[in-house]
Amino acid sequence: MQPVLAIHEVSKTFYTDQQVTPVLDKISLNVQEGDFTAIIGPSGCGKSTLLKILAGLDAEYSGDVQLKGAPILRPSQEKGFIFQEHRLFPWLTVEKNIAADLSLRDPSVRKAVDELIGLVKLNGFEKAYPRQLSGGMSQRVAIARALLRKPAVLLLDEPFGALDAFTRSHMQEALHDIWRSNRTAMVLVTHDIDEAVFLSTRVIVMDARPGRIKATVPIDLPYPRSRASRSFTELRTRILNELEHREAPEDYNI
Amino acid sequence: MMAPIRAKELNRNGSKTLPRPAGGKWRLFVRGAVLPVFIVSVWQILSSTGTISTQLFSSPALILKQYWNLTLSGELPHHLRISLVRALLGFLLGGSCGLLLGLFVGMFRKFEETVNPTVQMLRTVPLLAITPLFILWFGFGELSKVLLISLGAFFPLYVNTFLGVRNVDAKLFDVARVLEFSRFSQMTRLVLPAALPNVLLGIRLSLTIAWLCLVTAELLGAEAGVGFMIQDARAFMQTDIVFVGITIFALVGKLSDSLVRFFEIRLLRWQDSYKG
Repeated sequence: MQPVLAIHEVSKTFYTDQQVTPVLDKISLNVQEGDFTAIIGPSGCGKSTLLKILAGLDAEYSGDVQLKGAPILRPSQEKGFIFQEHRLFPWLTVEKNIAADLSLRDPSVRKAVDELIGLVKLNGFEKAYPRQLSGGMSQRVAIARALLRKPAVLLLDEPFGALDAFTRSHMQEALHDIWRSNRTAMVLVTHDIDEAVFLSTRVIVMDARPGRIKATVPIDLPYPRSRASRSFTELRTRILNELEHREAPEDYNI
Repeated sequence: MMAPIRAKELNRNGSKTLPRPAGGKWRLFVRGAVLPVFIVSVWQILSSTGTISTQLFSSPALILKQYWNLTLSGELPHHLRISLVRALLGFLLGGSCGLLLGLFVGMFRKFEETVNPTVQMLRTVPLLAITPLFILWFGFGELSKVLLISLGAFFPLYVNTFLGVRNVDAKLFDVARVLEFSRFSQMTRLVLPAALPNVLLGIRLSLTIAWLCLVTAELLGAEAGVGFMIQDARAFMQTDIVFVGITIFALVGKLSDSLVRFFEIRLLRWQDSYKG
């Protein structure tokens, strides 16, 4: 079966005045339909950069990325993107933010927006402005806005990083429900091991400077997952070991 | 699932400001009215007792009487209508040019580099210095007046729109790219709403300037208009009519400003800023 996302030997290097910093080194990865891939790694491993490349927001790299067999040249609605901050339009209400450039007077848009508001559990807040929403609610509006465009893949860049622990676990459950109900392929960049194990079907562990894939850990736990279960703890420990295991620490110049 | 606050609990503006104490609005009005009422009373008393010359300083009662007479004779509505049409035409012409040019200069770097230095240079030229040229080129007719007003109204909207566009959150442009906004949508759904607070401020300033330029234009030579009415009355030492003209300018200026303020409050309800 053709993968939704095919990433082949993607490399990227930052050039500054005196320094040449390799960010990504020959990353190859496939994402199948219905996959939930989590990418985890220390800061500076290039995981967010990789996500920006997949979104088409960053075009300066070598290698090859394809979405359903077609090269990724620019951002498009097929690649939904959730930023770290919600990035809603502050002058639009919740429902208009979800519709964005589409008209709510179009009955099919109206219907889809109403369904999504139900999916992200924001009923009653259709007419609220972003400043009236909490961080978690705003991020759910952003997710609904991306889903309205029926993306082939949803790219999430540490979407819950700025939320408090309580809201974060609620949001993880909400995201899981969304994924279960519409099976959009998801790529989640995170630095939270629990989040990765709780949500994904496999975890990609990345290494920093240069960023490369260190390990791929399939998560075959049944849903709903309990963070306290033994198998969960074992997987968490395994990923932690992968993250901390460094072959040549003296090579790191920070 | 969490639902800590219900939409109903938020008030219309969604703000959580404390309501003013009862009767606060009335007290506010009284506090603002004390000074003008005092001045007008003193003025009336001084002229009634003959301490100051009514010929030179007129008096509130005389001015009110003139208001009545001029309205009945149809003179005041006639002049006011002509002045309003001039100011409005000038404002619309200059303001829309300022808005469009400000948008383009804000959106496109190359355009800014070519156009902005020239505009900034012209901005510092006093309008009174250009007026003789305008009269030479376009005569004493309506055209030179409307053009003079539009030149004055152009700059505040230009500068503020430009500033507003440059204040748009760059992160939202990424969102517009991901959502595949067309160039047109990017302009109407992102740049304009984000720049709206500055644009509205520009409109208020432009309206004020348009009104000021109107007086300049009408005092320099006109056959009708509130400015002409003042000039004409001055020649005949009719100070009460001069005062009628001055107060009309003040009233209409305040009214137009309040109108824009009204739209400002309605259109910028989404803003979350310090309200004092």
